[in-house]
Amino acid sequence: MRYSLARLLRLLPAAYWILVVCFLVTWALCERFGQGDFLTLENFNNFIARSVALGIVAIGQTFALLVASVDLSVANLISVTVVTAPFLMQGDPALILPAMLGLLAIGVLVGLVNGLIITRLRVSPLIATLGVGLLLQGFINASFGHLPGKVAPGFQSLAYGSVGPFPAPLLLLVGVTVLAMAVLHLTRFGAHLYGVGGNAEVARLSGIHTGRVMIGAHMMSACAAVISGIFLVSRLGSAAPWVGTESAYDLQSIAVAVMGGTTLSGGRGAIGTTLACVLVFSLIDLLFNQMGIDSFLKQVLRGMIVIVAVASYAVRERRAVA
Amino acid sequence: MTTRPDTAARTTVAPGAFAPVLEMRGITKRFPGVVALDEVSFDCRQGEVHALVGENGAGKSTLMNVLGGAIRPDSGEIRLDGAHASFRHPLAARRAGIGVIHQELSLIPDRTVAQNVFLGREITRHGVLDGAAMRRATAQLIERLGLPTDIAADRLVRSLSVAQQQLVEIVKALSVAPRILVMDEPTAALAEPEAEALFRLIGQLRAQGLTIVYISHRLTEVLRLAQRITVLKDGRIVGTLAAAEADVGRIVRMMVGRDIAQMFPPRAKEGEIGPMVLRLAGVATPVLHGIDLTLRAGEIVGLAGLQGSGRHELLRVLCGRSRVTAGEVEINGHARPFRSPREAVLGGLGYLPDDRKQEGLLAGQSVRDNMLLTVRALASLFAGRESAARRRGISISDIARQVDVRVPHLGVKMGQLSGGNQQKALVARWLAVAPQILVFSEPTRGIDINAKSGIHHLMRTAARSGKAILMDSSELPELIGNSDRIVVMREHTVAGELPGGASEAAVMELATR
Repeated sequence: MRYSLARLLRLLPAAYWILVVCFLVTWALCERFGQGDFLTLENFNNFIARSVALGIVAIGQTFALLVASVDLSVANLISVTVVTAPFLMQGDPALILPAMLGLLAIGVLVGLVNGLIITRLRVSPLIATLGVGLLLQGFINASFGHLPGKVAPGFQSLAYGSVGPFPAPLLLLVGVTVLAMAVLHLTRFGAHLYGVGGNAEVARLSGIHTGRVMIGAHMMSACAAVISGIFLVSRLGSAAPWVGTESAYDLQSIAVAVMGGTTLSGGRGAIGTTLACVLVFSLIDLLFNQMGIDSFLKQVLRGMIVIVAVASYAVRERRAVA
Repeated sequence: MTTRPDTAARTTVAPGAFAPVLEMRGITKRFPGVVALDEVSFDCRQGEVHALVGENGAGKSTLMNVLGGAIRPDSGEIRLDGAHASFRHPLAARRAGIGVIHQELSLIPDRTVAQNVFLGREITRHGVLDGAAMRRATAQLIERLGLPTDIAADRLVRSLSVAQQQLVEIVKALSVAPRILVMDEPTAALAEPEAEALFRLIGQLRAQGLTIVYISHRLTEVLRLAQRITVLKDGRIVGTLAAAEADVGRIVRMMVGRDIAQMFPPRAKEGEIGPMVLRLAGVATPVLHGIDLTLRAGEIVGLAGLQGSGRHELLRVLCGRSRVTAGEVEINGHARPFRSPREAVLGGLGYLPDDRKQEGLLAGQSVRDNMLLTVRALASLFAGRESAARRRGISISDIARQVDVRVPHLGVKMGQLSGGNQQKALVARWLAVAPQILVFSEPTRGIDINAKSGIHHLMRTAARSGKAILMDSSELPELIGNSDRIVVMREHTVAGELPGGASEAAVMELATR
């Protein structure tokens, strides 16, 4: 039997090998130049937290990108979730579950509105979701301070607890990932998503209800944003209205998804590679923190990485991918 | 292609199966400005291969779109097995048993063969996609049809060649078990061995009782495969022949026979034709091969050929939009092909595209701005809007008068002009930069009868002033009436040359074969 390096490399998508390389490079650089130890629990928890928040949103964004759409309302939706969660919970552990269901319902509604504006009013996804995002921002402005409430005591275990040896956030991320992959690869809806993204007209002529698929994709994206918001409020312990936009979850989720091979033109992309790129991003963040790199320089470097990564796709494919 | 009769394809169907399985009666369809189908009646018997032939624009695609449910006719009816049928959506036609394989591929490139075949009707088990079942069913169908086994059910469509993709289209169409299959130019992308495999397949399908409507320009193929041949011309049925009684010549005569009702300006006389300004010898591109073309000052050369023969690609080469991989090119003294449209313009070649709306005009801007577009483009970036024209000593109002654009003043928005006036304005744009060569693509498309003559006269005047004109057109009367020479293209190469005034049949014969 012949084992060649090429066959070994093909076991995992390229993104994961890049992740491994990044990890090793980061470790090396941190040991050499870093301020403090690299393999600490604190670093690991920060890494996980960052990955979970961005990862879940990016997974949702992947659904939107797959149908050649985009969801720019996610950042503000996260903020809405964070502001509304304590209000719905009122510090009562018994209200945790109803509160989360209520928040998810908000997500479904926002997704529905986004989808309807795009399909019925024929507004471009960019403008539609941007507009809805601004609406949500208005809601936050109006309501923050007027929605008294508290995070229920047990709720923060979502961000800080663990099940056996596994941190709860990690399980959350894994759970969302598995669910998303199942929807994409095991359901008719997933097959139709790829169809509509690949060629909407062919999909329509094959009998697929393209409007419903588009709305469904946006519902997925919005719900993912809500879940990410739920995680963040659990971590923060209180309502912080700008957490969504501060970390630019909208644009970063797009960048990460495209880096992972999801094209802006639809029909091509996967959850696994998006996730790998989220982990790469988090690693890079960790690296920059450990090396004490100035936060402005951090942004510059991050931007360069995104451009280089996507350009390498475009050059290889010799066509516009994003 | 051999003309040996293929006995498998001509196996007679069981007697008694001669009632028409499909009848289209009195189908009429009008589009703005043109009658695409005029009281067309057409029928098919079970198990026959019925060929539909006609020139570009004769109405074949429109008729099949009506049958396939993509277009509703203005009048007329469709009957399947004697029962009235009407389709609001292609899906309804599919459910009624009509499968259509279009000329343009309708596959999703980033999905597998099986995923494409089952698009929209995926198999599920307990609510979950059953990929294995879909792959199995697809593989079985591929095997049953005797298709090459390298078209595996789990290969990405993107990784297949165009010919293989065409076969996947056929698998997809057959997977819903249609009773009537429409095939539009199925061998357009196939090499001979693949086409032979397709013919064997068609024979098999016939034996299983499938009725096939076969649209093709390749008349020898049609004679070989079909039992009956129906000829369409200008939206009307010319006639239906039994294949046994037909030959290429007779079909061609039926396809084109018409009198040239329009008057054209007189052709160039010998003394009026000047030196050679363009020469292509043995030119090849990724799409074309063996292109030989010459153009001399003072003449109008017509470019003929069916859709897909490579005319469009040749024009792209001339105006610098396609890469040349072999051969000699000499344009206006340049010994190499233009690498971009700007180079072409600077090199003295002007191009009027067939799609005026998309590639020619700026509808929201004034006629004057449209006319001055190229002049300004060639001027310095910092030149004022008016100085560009003034510096070159061009009076745009003079040129506008020359081309006879009928507008109250040049400030009118371009989008408001009639097709004929728009085209004249575009000619004016080029006259303003005085190129040596003018290339027209479909010069009178979308222009009413009266204005067409104006454009023809404009072209002849430009030629007489020393320019060389290349005219690519799908309208035979225009090609024959207005050209000094006709270059005919076929299957991505130059098939031959005819003098102006040649018969339509001669042109069609060179273009089909």
